[in-house]
Amino acid sequence: MFPQLIDTRPWRRAVDDGLNWVVRNWGGTFEAAAYPLLMLLKAIEDLLVATPWWLIIALLTGIAWLATRRWQLPAVVFAALMFLGIMDLWKDAMTTMALMIAATLTAILISIPVGVWMSRSINLRQVITPILDLMQTLPSFVYLIPTVMIFGPGKIPALIATIVYAAPPLVRLTDLGLRSVDPAVMEASRAFGTNPRQRLFGVQIPLALPTILAGVNQTTMMALSMVVIASMIGAGGLGYQVLQGIGRLEVSRGLFAGLGIVALAIVFDRITQAFGRQLQARIGLQEAR
Amino acid sequence: MAELNENAELAIAMRGVTKIFGPDPQAALALLKAGKSKAEVQAETNHVVGLDNVSLDIAAGQIFVVMGLSGSGKSTLIRHVNRLIEPTAGEILVHGDDVLKMSRDALRSYRRTKVAMVFQKFGLLPHRSVIDNVAYGLEVRGVGRKVRLETAAKWIETVGLAGYENSQPRQLSGGQQQRVGLARALSMDADIILMDEAFSALDPLIRSGMQDELITLQKSLHKTILFITHDFDEALKIGDRIAVLKDGAVQQEGKPEDIVLRPANEHIEEFVREVNKARAIHVRSIMERGVTEPCEQAVSMDARCEDVLPLFAEHQWVGVVDGEGNQIGRVTAKQVIKALARHTPGVG
Repeated sequence: MFPQLIDTRPWRRAVDDGLNWVVRNWGGTFEAAAYPLLMLLKAIEDLLVATPWWLIIALLTGIAWLATRRWQLPAVVFAALMFLGIMDLWKDAMTTMALMIAATLTAILISIPVGVWMSRSINLRQVITPILDLMQTLPSFVYLIPTVMIFGPGKIPALIATIVYAAPPLVRLTDLGLRSVDPAVMEASRAFGTNPRQRLFGVQIPLALPTILAGVNQTTMMALSMVVIASMIGAGGLGYQVLQGIGRLEVSRGLFAGLGIVALAIVFDRITQAFGRQLQARIGLQEAR
Repeated sequence: MAELNENAELAIAMRGVTKIFGPDPQAALALLKAGKSKAEVQAETNHVVGLDNVSLDIAAGQIFVVMGLSGSGKSTLIRHVNRLIEPTAGEILVHGDDVLKMSRDALRSYRRTKVAMVFQKFGLLPHRSVIDNVAYGLEVRGVGRKVRLETAAKWIETVGLAGYENSQPRQLSGGQQQRVGLARALSMDADIILMDEAFSALDPLIRSGMQDELITLQKSLHKTILFITHDFDEALKIGDRIAVLKDGAVQQEGKPEDIVLRPANEHIEEFVREVNKARAIHVRSIMERGVTEPCEQAVSMDARCEDVLPLFAEHQWVGVVDGEGNQIGRVTAKQVIKALARHTPGVG
């Protein structure tokens, strides 16, 4: 056994007491601060649930066609969504989709500015990179429990946990995309007297967009992979069906809900990837065929 | 022509410009000033000397070529003029303004209005169409959409790319892409154009065509062009004056003939040995000056030896005339052959 060098019990007590203190004194404030997030999630969910199923299928299939201009991807999207409907998973799928969309939108709002900032300062990158590593590797339950204690079980901690888990790849890929813009193009832009803002919006972001979109794709996928855990603290949706299936030993329920998550993942993965390819082709990065 | 411009206004003046790359350039600078060579400084301090006490006077309206091999510091030199690189020591005056004393805003407006640049790797914006690329400089300057697209369209036509306005850069060949780069610089209507190995990435035939076009354009534009190249033939063809750079220091500066006829050192001699002298030497520099009886066949004072050689098959004397058509001298085959042979080591 490793000898006890220091008594760590006071530290643990300090952390626990500290959290309790935060919950007692600041719980309300935090909840109020997260209220806009909840509103966003609710608005998206209400919209998805209120929209007739055939319209959603038509919209997503249409978007898939716009992204590829071929029939294959729209057919896959159509089949995946029909599967959700036929298997009686439609409403749960909309709840899960709402959580994923809300988490992705929030992640985009936070991650892209952080990524931009990171791409400009080596020092900042050295600080943020380990934080991102931590966010991705720390088991989600570790921060899930404190968030539940602060916000109470429900959609907010589920959403926050999903954002924490899903945001890092977008930050990383935004940073990478901005830094790997051809230096010759950046220099040319500088030689014409551009200011940093003109370079960022006129050159860097447009040229990094395919990479940033790959980050958005990663974020949606990771958000979907969090739905089962999120449903444990009251997010509902397909994840809850999986949980119930496990709890009741109903293999079929778990299997079909699980396949439903896969179907959603396929729809969003393929659509965002197709848009990324389209963008890349427009910029001409995919020259050699 | 060069001699006409000798009294003309100075466009760019570089005074003792030194650039040292590394974490502590001042320490390395002290060593360099103490008389150590580039290699010694690098061995002792691990700092790279990019430019070593470069002073150049570039008159307005001429094509000034800086020639050097790779690693000679020529690309570093050109980037000092628009301050893409900050010198370690020295002074850079452009039309009398000290570039190094400019604030960020002043520097930006200087880059937007006074200097345009053409790059070896083109540096086009891949997500914009040809016309939007050409209009880029004007857009940055804040020129309205209508005006800048009109100006861009005009220059696209001048460089021979009419019809490609809405193409994407990647759809064009290398030569066409560099035409876009050239049009983008010209549309700025800046007094000074910096060309960093602008034609080096092109095929020989295309390159030669672009050189001819640049010379033609310059006849009507009268810009101050600072042109960087590693190709001595190119330097001789387009340069009004040439500076040869080696290890960051200027080895010789002068008119093309000066360099071909009187190379200052071994290093330049090596270039001269390889060069097509018939192209390098102007007829006027070897002709028999003065009023002579008119010749049956005459060439202009811009003609080079290679232009008159075929004429000697029919004529003994070939006249040289100035812009107004007055004969100012004449040459014989003998004079030409002597001029070409004299500078071949081991023969003269």
